[in-house]
Amino acid sequence: MIIVFALFLLTLLVLTAIAVVRTENLFVAVMLMAIFSLLMAANFFILDAADVALTEAAVGAGVTTVIFLGALALTVERERSRRAGRGLALGVVSVIVLVLIYATFDKPRLGDPEAPVHQHVAPWYLEQTPELIGIPNVVTAVLGSFRGYDTLGEVFVVLAACIGVLFILGTAPPSHRAPKDSGETGLRHHLVPQVVGRLLIPFIILFGLYVQFHGEYGPGGGFQAGAIIATGLILHALLEGETAALRSIPRSFLLGMVAGGAMLYTLVGVAGIALGGNFLDYSVLAEDPVKGQQIGILAIEAGVGVTVCGALLSIFHAFAARD
Amino acid sequence: MSAILDVASWVLLLAGGLFVFIGGVGALRMPNFYTRIHAASLTDSMGSILIIVGIMLQAGFSLATVKLLAILGFLLLTGPTATYALANAALLSGMKPDADGVKEQDRANS
Repeated sequence: MIIVFALFLLTLLVLTAIAVVRTENLFVAVMLMAIFSLLMAANFFILDAADVALTEAAVGAGVTTVIFLGALALTVERERSRRAGRGLALGVVSVIVLVLIYATFDKPRLGDPEAPVHQHVAPWYLEQTPELIGIPNVVTAVLGSFRGYDTLGEVFVVLAACIGVLFILGTAPPSHRAPKDSGETGLRHHLVPQVVGRLLIPFIILFGLYVQFHGEYGPGGGFQAGAIIATGLILHALLEGETAALRSIPRSFLLGMVAGGAMLYTLVGVAGIALGGNFLDYSVLAEDPVKGQQIGILAIEAGVGVTVCGALLSIFHAFAARD
Repeated sequence: MSAILDVASWVLLLAGGLFVFIGGVGALRMPNFYTRIHAASLTDSMGSILIIVGIMLQAGFSLATVKLLAILGFLLLTGPTATYALANAALLSGMKPDADGVKEQDRANS
């Protein structure tokens, strides 16, 4: 039964991808990309990757769509069709597709317990997590502790991406220096979205905090929570207008969040060294090594969440300020 | 008892599926923009109520039911708001509701 559903979703995924390529209206393409992400999230969920599904739904279908729409507001809605070079592109893509299809013949069957990926370190993680870290969600244990270096790298990738976007978009063009509206932007005069949005924002942020702090027990963690909280705050910015949103959370504070989250993560690592362990070794953070691991994971997840939330909001404001 | 619950939940699920299907057909086949979103709003309201109550009957008295209730509340708030915002945006961008449905004004915008 589940395989039928998975095939159905994959078929829809292919159709959506073709539609994204075919359409010349960029607005439609952005909406189709959101649908694509949502289908992808459902696919991840079918494959029992609830954490990844949550990330895909929050980032891919949620925040990215808003940022794409912000980018679209700066450019035109129609794609300029380019006829030249199509034959070459078709050739390159066909060759790559053939190579990929050939490569799939070597792939193990889906969910095969004998597959190399299930033979390497995965069994060790599954066996040792209850003993060494004592939390039910192995994904969080792997992400936060066993592969803490990788996650630190990811946080710095987010930081670098945010810095890059701000370098390109951060300074307003000279003609736009002065804000063209003094506060009365957003959807203030639209009563229904205003009321419903105001009602929902606290619950969205509460759900984000739940995802943040429940990451040890269920799917969730810093990346998802940061994206969800950012969505709630972007909704606030859309409803109340750019100026009001920046008044409640100034741009400098957002930048502080981006840098501070990455810093918090690094400091947890350094604290491990200071207390006589290795970098990012949380066992020494408390008397009981298991307790120390849990404290460390909680702290680094907070750092991840703060960085992701700050980065997404900074990028959103950078786009919104250019309108 | 469980058989009755099963039957009831399947009836609700199938009815919900029917509403979503009708909403989908309506969104494709209706003559202009406003009638289309009217059809699609069936999916938001009736479809989601029936389907989620159907799943709740399957879940029984558990935490999952509470979560489903929260999801239902969220959908019932956001769905109609999204439909309203869509219609409002269309109206503001100058698309006049056309009672006769003869002129296909949305063709130009689609």
